[in-house]
Amino acid sequence: MTGRRENRVRSAGAVFAAPLVIGVLSLFGLVAALAGEGPADWLSWAALALPVLAVAWAMQRRRS
Amino acid sequence: MTRDTIRVWYLVHRWTSLICTLFLLMLCATGLPLIFHDEIDLLSGEPDRVATAGAPSSSDAAGLKPLDTMLAKVLANEPGQVPVFMAFDNETPLMTITTAPRPDSRAADMTVHVLNRATGEMTGRESEEGAMHFLLQLHTDMFLGLPGMLFLGLMGFLFFLSLVSGAVLYAPFMRKLKFGTLRVSRSERLRQMDYHNLLGIVALAWMSVVGLTGVINAAATPLRQMWQMGELAEMTRTYAGQPPLPPSRYGSIDKAMAAVRQERPGNSPQFIGFPGGAFSSKHHYAIFLQGTTKLTEHVLTPALVDAERGVLTDIRQMPWYMVGLSYSQPLHFGDYGGLPLKILWAALDLFTLHVLWTGLLLWQGKRRAGTDAHVREVETGGMPVPAE
Repeated sequence: MTGRRENRVRSAGAVFAAPLVIGVLSLFGLVAALAGEGPADWLSWAALALPVLAVAWAMQRRRS
Repeated sequence: MTRDTIRVWYLVHRWTSLICTLFLLMLCATGLPLIFHDEIDLLSGEPDRVATAGAPSSSDAAGLKPLDTMLAKVLANEPGQVPVFMAFDNETPLMTITTAPRPDSRAADMTVHVLNRATGEMTGRESEEGAMHFLLQLHTDMFLGLPGMLFLGLMGFLFFLSLVSGAVLYAPFMRKLKFGTLRVSRSERLRQMDYHNLLGIVALAWMSVVGLTGVINAAATPLRQMWQMGELAEMTRTYAGQPPLPPSRYGSIDKAMAAVRQERPGNSPQFIGFPGGAFSSKHHYAIFLQGTTKLTEHVLTPALVDAERGVLTDIRQMPWYMVGLSYSQPLHFGDYGGLPLKILWAALDLFTLHVLWTGLLLWQGKRRAGTDAHVREVETGGMPVPAE
């Protein structure tokens, strides 16, 4: 359905934009719970839930 | 990226993955239940750990029994044994005392006794059997000791190389695809490829950290030996020529502990290594102190106390490689941020299993088509390649 858009070549920056955000926040999440308790734990859970949420989102929205 | 560059990265990805995949599948499968080690222990057969009110055994709160009393109790029950370790808890009054036939006995010959420092009771022995212990051994060294551990470390390093090369290949593959694309209805192979790419890229940071910290943990024994022969020898230099202190002349542990607490009032001990063992000199109680904040809690500082006289010899920060090892443990186990973190750890472990499995299927599926066909698949984002 979006055939023409799909065929457009994307730059490396565009290809890695979402993975980079998820990766950097994951690293932040890994360190946050190590550094603190309470709010830091919550931030850590939220950040490390991103990879899981991204897959859930893709299964809803990007399946074809 | 030229076709030749893609080809090189593809070959790196294929071979590093193929060599480590079988072992990584084992590590992920055994690691999954190990994430919930504590919870499973609580549910199955270790009720002693549940209801234990009282001050934590690592503190010096009033009401806790002296350490000498606790040790005497164990030794009275274990004639012919000598103490090798004493370890403490930050939540409950439970502690463990490890005994062995000799100060330098192998780990396999050691017995771990669990005691309650509030009541002074011996509550039992830590089990060396059972499913969790089996899984842990398999995960750590496949029952092969140090060579097994180092081998798994090498597999972990290959896994990291396969992650790096996989991330590089993600760029040409996704050139014409939107992030998250999952083409599930066209062909089984395309479906596997898209899931392999998506799960691999979203879990990349986590897999890298857990993989690399696993490699560092696998090197724990040589790192510790390096510390023992270097820094520790340096700290206890004045004792160098003396014959080893026999267990009959070990002095009071409470006196040694008091000497350390006077020097570092805020810090609680995590464990004590007895003379002649893998964590001390031949003449000292090595009292390992925890940091005072959550960030530094994992980094232990050794205080070396003359085991006969109870006088502090030296107290020194760990060198950088031991600090690195200290942080590699929680970052590998995922046990430092409550149950939600463990659940996320398990989810990402399952992602990794899926990536390993689909990787294997993708290699297996079109093995006869040859490398060129695979390179073209990466180059075109999985577009079907006409037969040649």
